Parts: sequence; structure tokens; C-alpha cells
Amino acid sequence: MRRHRTLAVLALLGPFCLLFAGCFLAPIGYALYQSLLKVERSGPLGLGSDRSVFAGAANYAAALRDDEFTGSVVRVLLFGVVQVPLMIVLAVVLALLLESASARWVPFFRSAFFLPHGVPGVIASILWGFLYVPGISPIVKLLDDLGLQVNFLSSGTVLWSIANIVTWQFAGYNMLIVIAQLKAVRLELYEAAKIDGANAWQLARYLKLPMARPAIVLTTVFSIIGTLQLFSEPLVLRPLTVAVNDTYTPNLNAYTQAFVNNNYNLAAAEAVLLALVACVLSFGFLRLVGRQEDE
Amino acid sequence: MKYRIIVASLLAVAAVYFLVPVYWLVLAATKDTTGLFGSNGFWFADPHPIRYLRMVLDYDNGIYGRWILNSILYAGVGATAATLLSSAAGYALAKFSFPGRETVFNVVLAGVLIPATALALPLYLLFNKIGLTNSYAAVLIPCMVSPFGVYLCRIYAAAAVPDGLLEAARIDGAGELAIFGRIVLRVMTPALVTVFLFQFVGIWNNFFLPLVMLSDQKLYPVTLGLTSWHGYTDRAPILYQLTVGGALLSVIPLMILMVVLQRYWRSGLTQGSLKV
Repeated sequence: MRRHRTLAVLALLGPFCLLFAGCFLAPIGYALYQSLLKVERSGPLGLGSDRSVFAGAANYAAALRDDEFTGSVVRVLLFGVVQVPLMIVLAVVLALLLESASARWVPFFRSAFFLPHGVPGVIASILWGFLYVPGISPIVKLLDDLGLQVNFLSSGTVLWSIANIVTWQFAGYNMLIVIAQLKAVRLELYEAAKIDGANAWQLARYLKLPMARPAIVLTTVFSIIGTLQLFSEPLVLRPLTVAVNDTYTPNLNAYTQAFVNNNYNLAAAEAVLLALVACVLSFGFLRLVGRQEDE
Repeated sequence: MKYRIIVASLLAVAAVYFLVPVYWLVLAATKDTTGLFGSNGFWFADPHPIRYLRMVLDYDNGIYGRWILNSILYAGVGATAATLLSSAAGYALAKFSFPGRETVFNVVLAGVLIPATALALPLYLLFNKIGLTNSYAAVLIPCMVSPFGVYLCRIYAAAAVPDGLLEAARIDGAGELAIFGRIVLRVMTPALVTVFLFQFVGIWNNFFLPLVMLSDQKLYPVTLGLTSWHGYTDRAPILYQLTVGGALLSVIPLMILMVVLQRYWRSGLTQGSLKV
């Protein structure tokens, strides 16, 4: 009987664990290993054969010394500090509006807000790219007719134009998660609060908002992780503007190191640093939230 | 009444924001490259939707159709496999006690927090070593692993699969795998639908992994294919028009899927977020 159970666990859990080890643990291990090596060229003028030698923390030091890389990290952090709260607030406000008793045509609005999530990130970037480029964009033209000269792709604005693409794609999705949480609250609670004379604002502020908290935490963590991975938006906008270069975000930087400069070791170090920052930030946020809950 | 007007106008403003780009895309797909640059983007100009969308499908010996089929293959096969693997693993973690169970679960949970793009690069280097890059398998295999799916399935199985049902089946002499295949999967269907949808959309929208893994155009999913067209617009202006038309064609099925199946997102997500 016991042996049967053990075999069953192996059969059920084994296939997943095997693939998980191959596609998650092995690449992490391999990235760590590669990040500790460097390629050394032998022979006169370094024209001989290549071989990998142990480099210690040299790649990490190089990544951290590289202004382009640290600059790209600072850039996505700035992006996250502004875009993530804005998007989460928008998502929560939309969810609360749709869940308020005063809302009409709720299914239509909910679908309209959620619709952009069906557009893949690159396609959304191509689409908004057309809406940013002067000459083809009706928005630039409209603003121009109103006497406003706006350049969505200048070095000062392009980061926020990217923020807009991400917000457009994910606000409705995050809204849906918050709505799911609100729906899980028992209706009697709302009824009781209403009988006690709570108005729509109080109901939202003191009952629904605290109820939605776990969903808000979840969406914030996923948004932080998403921000650090920014890649396709700058990649697609790069040909449209000189304000975006091939080291604009950490991911784009690592990609460039690997596939343009063929420096896989440095790229591996940058990937490891990126994963590390993502873990520190998301765990840090979860701890911060957990501590507030304890108080 | 005052509330109602305020709420309605706020919702309407938000709807304009979310829908205007889609509206522009639908109109733009009815124009050729000249029309795209020369006409009012918010209105029709000499519309020929059928002819221009046919041009998308015919260009370069119909490569676009192949990209769509590739996307369906990657997302369909990847999501099906991921769902089955996640449900088996989630069920095992929820309903069997064995040494190391919590360790396994915590490692999988940490996997949820690791940026997928940080994995793609080393995964490419590994696959390159064993000669697996630039093949269907290179994209499919990583797509079959969903730590978030395991997490959802464990929570769902713990709450929804009654121990009594399992014991009764065992007393009747049913094997463990038969119990999983005939009983557990049926009970877990709502969670399975959610995991499948998540993974399907995730793979369909994925860009970095196929970009890193694939060099042969014939293996591209539609996201990668359209981006390659977009990158060549300088040299072949007709690609402006084809990119726009191709983008519209590719988002229609997924948008319909998202809107029709919304409730599965909501029901499944509650399972996940309640426990965080």
C-alpha cells in the first residue's frame, strides 16, 4: 500500500519536476556558472583558439561598472515607481466603479477595459508606435490642430510613452483580479453596511478597499516583476526614435550583450543580477505588506 | 442620480482610452500604405478591407498563415501539456504527504517570482549545447512548465477534492493513476480551464523566448513574424500596410476569446489571490 502511494506520487509529480528542473533550475544554475567564466583568446594578437577560464566576479564587476547597464536598471526602477502605482490605482478605481451600485452597462465596460489584454505586448507596441509617430498618428495630428506640439518619442517622453503602452495592456487585467476578489466577499456584508447607513463612498473606502487588499498585493508583485522584464516595447520603438538605444532596459542590454556582442558570460551575469533584483523587490514588497498586516 | 452620472462619465472616459487604439487599428486595416500616411486616422479613406487582408495572407507565399498556425500549435500544445502536468503535480502536493513536500512546493513557488526573460537567455545557451535551438521543441518544452498552474491546482485540489471520495475509490480497488484520471481531473475542471487559459494567452503573447530560440522564419509565431515585418518597413513600405492588417487579424480571435471567457479568469483568480 505504502509503495503504491510512493509510486503514485512519483508518477504524478515526476514529469512536472523533471521539466521544472530542466527549464527553471538548470538555466539558473547554468547562468550562475557562465557568469563566473570569461573567454580568453590565446595565440598572437588573440587570434588563436578561444577557451573559457574562471573569472570570479569579474563579469558582475563589469556589469555594475557599466554605466549603460546600471543606467538601464535605474531607468526601469524609475519607470516602476511611477507606472506600477498609477496602473494599480487605475485598476482599483475602475473595479470599484464597476462594482458600485450606480454603474450601468457593466458587462460592456468590463469587456472594453479587459480587451487590450488580448493584444500581445509586441503587437500593442507596434500599434501604439503608429499612434506616436508623427505623419501617421491621428493623435499627434489632433493635438497639432489644437496648437499643441507633442513629441511622444523624445528622450524626455519616450519612457512615459512606454508606460502608457504597459498601462493600456494591463490595467484592465489587474482590474479583473480586483473584481474577482470583491466578488468573493459575501453579499450580506454589503447589505449590513448599507443598513447601517454607509454611503457609496464609505462602502468603497472602508469595506471594499480593505477586502480587495490581497488582490492588490498580488497584482503589484506581478507588475513589479513585469516592469523589470521590459523588453519588447523598447525593442519595437527603437527604430522609430534615437531616444531608445539597444541598452535601454536591463533585458535589452543583456540581449544585446548575448546576440550582438557575443559576450554570453556578461549577459549571464546581467540575467542573474536581473533575477536577483526581481526577487529582492517582490519578496521585499511582500514582507513590507506582511508587516503592516501584523500591526 | 448625481452619482450615476459621475460614474457613467468616468467609465466612458476610460472606455475611450482603451478602445481608441483598437478603433484606429480596425480603420487602418482598410487602408493601403499611402492611405495610412495621407488620411485622417480616425476616419475611412477609400476602404478595401477584403483586398488588403488578402494581401496579408498572400504575401511571401502565405507565410502569415503559417505563423498563425505556429502560434496555435505552440499555445495549444504547450497549454494542454502545462495544464495536465500542473494538475497532476498540484494534486500530488495537495493530497499526498511525503517527505520534502513543502520544500518542493516552496521551490515551485519561487519559480513564480523569477522573471521568465531572465531564464530565456541561459535556456538558449543550454539548448544550444544539445542542439535543440531553432526547432518547435525549443519553444514548446519551456512552455509546458507553469509554476503558477501548480500553485493554483494545489490550492484548488486541497479545497475541492474530498478525501472521502479518494478513500472510497481506493477501497473499491482503483489504482492511484486511475483515480487521478477518472475522478480528480473531473472535479478539478474549473481550475484546469483557468490554468489552460492563462498558459494559452501567456504563450500566445510570448515574444522573448521565440525571439531568442528561433532563427528560421518558418518556425516563427505570429508575434515574432509581425515584428520582423515591422522591422523591414524602411526597405519595403508595403509592409506598413501588411503589419497593420496582420496585427488586426491576429488580435481578433484572442480578443473574442478573452471577452467570452472572462468569467473563468475571475473565478480562477480568486482561488489564487485569496491565499496570498
